[in-house]
Amino acid sequence: MTDRRTADPTPERGAPATPSTDGAPVAEPARGRTTLLRGGGIRHVRWTVWAQRYGALAALVVLFVYNAIDTPFFLTPQSLLFVLLRQAAPIAIVAVGMAIVIGTAGIDLSVGSVMAIAGQVGATLVLHDQPFLLAMVAALLVAAVCGLFNGTLVARFGVQPIIATLILFIAGRGIAQLITGGALQPLANPEFQWIGLARPFGVPAQVFIAVLVAVVAWLVMRLTVFGRYVLAVGGNEAASRLAGVPAARVKLLAYVISAALAGLVGLIAVSANSASDANNVGLGMELDAIAAVAVAGTPLTGGKVNVWGAVVGAVLLKLLQNTLISHGITKEVAQIIEGAVIIGALWLQRHEA
Amino acid sequence: MQGINKSFVGVPALREAHFEVAHGEVHALIGQNGAGKSTLIKVLTGVYAKDSGHIEFDGREVAFPSPHAAQLAGLSTIYQEVNLVPFRSVAENVFLNREPKRFGLIDWGRMNREASALLHRLDINVDVTRPIYEYSIATQQMTALARALSTEAKLVIMDEPTSALAEQEVQTLFRVIRQLKSEGISVVFVSHRLDELYAVCDRVTVMRDGRTIEVRPMSDISRYELVSKMLGRELAEELSHRRADDGGAVPDRRPVLEATDLRRGRALDGVSLSIRSGEIVGLAGLLGSGRSETARAIFGADPPDSGTVAIDGTPLHLRSPKDAVAHKIGFAPEDRKTEGIIPQLSVRENLTLALLPHLRRHGIVDGRRQAETVDRFITAIGIKCSSPDQPIRELSGGNQQKVLLARWLCTNPKLLILDEPTRGIDVGAKRDIQVLIRQLADEGLAVLLISSELEEIIADSDRVVTLRDGRSVAELTGDQISEDALMQAMATGAAADDAGPDGTSSGSRA
Repeated sequence: MTDRRTADPTPERGAPATPSTDGAPVAEPARGRTTLLRGGGIRHVRWTVWAQRYGALAALVVLFVYNAIDTPFFLTPQSLLFVLLRQAAPIAIVAVGMAIVIGTAGIDLSVGSVMAIAGQVGATLVLHDQPFLLAMVAALLVAAVCGLFNGTLVARFGVQPIIATLILFIAGRGIAQLITGGALQPLANPEFQWIGLARPFGVPAQVFIAVLVAVVAWLVMRLTVFGRYVLAVGGNEAASRLAGVPAARVKLLAYVISAALAGLVGLIAVSANSASDANNVGLGMELDAIAAVAVAGTPLTGGKVNVWGAVVGAVLLKLLQNTLISHGITKEVAQIIEGAVIIGALWLQRHEA
Repeated sequence: MQGINKSFVGVPALREAHFEVAHGEVHALIGQNGAGKSTLIKVLTGVYAKDSGHIEFDGREVAFPSPHAAQLAGLSTIYQEVNLVPFRSVAENVFLNREPKRFGLIDWGRMNREASALLHRLDINVDVTRPIYEYSIATQQMTALARALSTEAKLVIMDEPTSALAEQEVQTLFRVIRQLKSEGISVVFVSHRLDELYAVCDRVTVMRDGRTIEVRPMSDISRYELVSKMLGRELAEELSHRRADDGGAVPDRRPVLEATDLRRGRALDGVSLSIRSGEIVGLAGLLGSGRSETARAIFGADPPDSGTVAIDGTPLHLRSPKDAVAHKIGFAPEDRKTEGIIPQLSVRENLTLALLPHLRRHGIVDGRRQAETVDRFITAIGIKCSSPDQPIRELSGGNQQKVLLARWLCTNPKLLILDEPTRGIDVGAKRDIQVLIRQLADEGLAVLLISSELEEIIADSDRVVTLRDGRSVAELTGDQISEDALMQAMATGAAADDAGPDGTSSGSRA
């Protein structure tokens, strides 16, 4: 989460920052006080501010409690750590990078393809008997170069982010397949696969990594000059430039971070699968990550970065998916419900001044 | 148009304004920013509904419900930013929404033939099947004009049509305007370039504060009179320079800034000025004379095509605001909202945005020093906010402006460029800011002050450089600074002919 005080969505002067305790659950956003006073009644404003800030978390708690009561074996380490969190961790990591890019008023559609490229590079090097560390570093570097490509298009050449990153979204998967001619590469290298298979202290390594990434990103956004610059550039690029902010460099770095994190998740994915599959690694990841950011109430128009919101959003969407599937709802219907939840989140954003 | 009133949320934009254009007349409409020109045009063309008043067009009382209705009635508007569809052909743009059809399908042959003929009438010979973006702005404007003609317009309104044109293209436009006139079509011509008004217009309507101030034949009014009507100053009331006491009291100091012969496109055509430490130099000129462009060129935001900017005697090549900030130049732009504040960030973050590189230790913001700086400036210049954490968009305009001033002051600049620092803020805050600027100058800061308010320029400046049509045309110092002299310079660029008593005369004559 970014500095809450700076990114405060409070649209009403003097509206208390403390959340009201009477907010309706976020899962039913259409219920209750929807009288749209022009200019916003105090009560209404409080409710939406609260919902924007904590809505995703509240929804997660509600869903969690429901599962705890209704789903057999939900409250077991196996189910929580090895199903829910292990599955949510990759999305959360990518979503953190996505949140930063979105903070600069951009978007990164290439993350899924970058995952595939990084996974292929890492796996190929390991299979050619290179040291596992070299393989990982090389994979992350290649991913960072992808980010450099995206960032250069956006920051130097002024290409719209959605178009600029669409290029690698399409071409990137082709590149990944070319690396091995598209063949599935089985892996068996415990050191390389540590990040996907190990369980230090009984917790999957990727969960640790996700928490670490989120903490670091949160600190960077809160404490560093770069963090302030991201918010400034996303909030008003023209004004930032005139204040001497190196806007192009800030945007470039945001895309590099996003791609490097995607590369990291690519390594996790091939490790966890014990195989590198250029066709399927990271498929649809860009949308999961964007959804995780959006569900947490972060506007896609930039100027705000909510790191923990992105993490909560990732876990929420995963839990929602798992809940629906474990209750025998077909995948197709589950997808529709997920879409509805995202619409709910956007509905909340609509109220922002 | 008679007795037109129009208010926006209680703020009157037009007060009993009247406006009249004869058949086959080219009529100039002029006024400062916010004088009500655009509102008047928009009321006429059905963009806004009037609150009260009468509009007669071609002998009938009208109230167009939409711009489209106005267009159908024979009233066409050509805006500053040409509204064309770039990737469609010239012909398609001419006939947009009114394509000639045969059996429900577009009759391409007829459309191209007629578009060609229309443009030919304007003496423009282009391939009408090529997409419009391939042609110059002038041709695009001609296309917009051709569109107007094809609707059988009786009145064409041109809103600053020349602002994007090159000199030669302007001549083409004038030729077309004269031709329209000979065909009995009336033209309303909005421009800030006085030369152009005299070149092509028959009569002029001057607006100020939502009122119609003057309607006169162009041949009957001098440039000086025109400017004084626009600015609302009569020849008689001649306020003299209030800072005569210490005019030229700093001759021994070396210039902080020397800008020589700055040129950029058509906006800047040779601007030279110098500012010494402790001096406030006013930059005067009519709208469109290149004031903000000069500021942006010096600051590196829109680097000049040619000319030099020297700081402390060292010529620099400032290619971006970042370079300028590194050389201790600050710039508070004219448009606070779109170029100044970062709305959702707090007062603290907005205030320290330019200072951040200096608050950094290993990339991390030194929160304590940041808080100290912010507290110091909030107290020192009296920024009213509930706390430094309050988002800046919740502050009043005056307080936002104070935060933006503080943004630069905390970087301890040598030169501060202020573009309309008191526009749109309340009287109290305005006074505060003016006092602050003087204090800072007394402490040695060099200030370039841009304002369209003559009083402000006169009251606050030690020296005034006047721009006309992108060129610095006059320099006034000390007692020479008066409304009369300023208006003379703005209108004709030949006011005070000698340099100030201090001997600095850099670029005072074009």
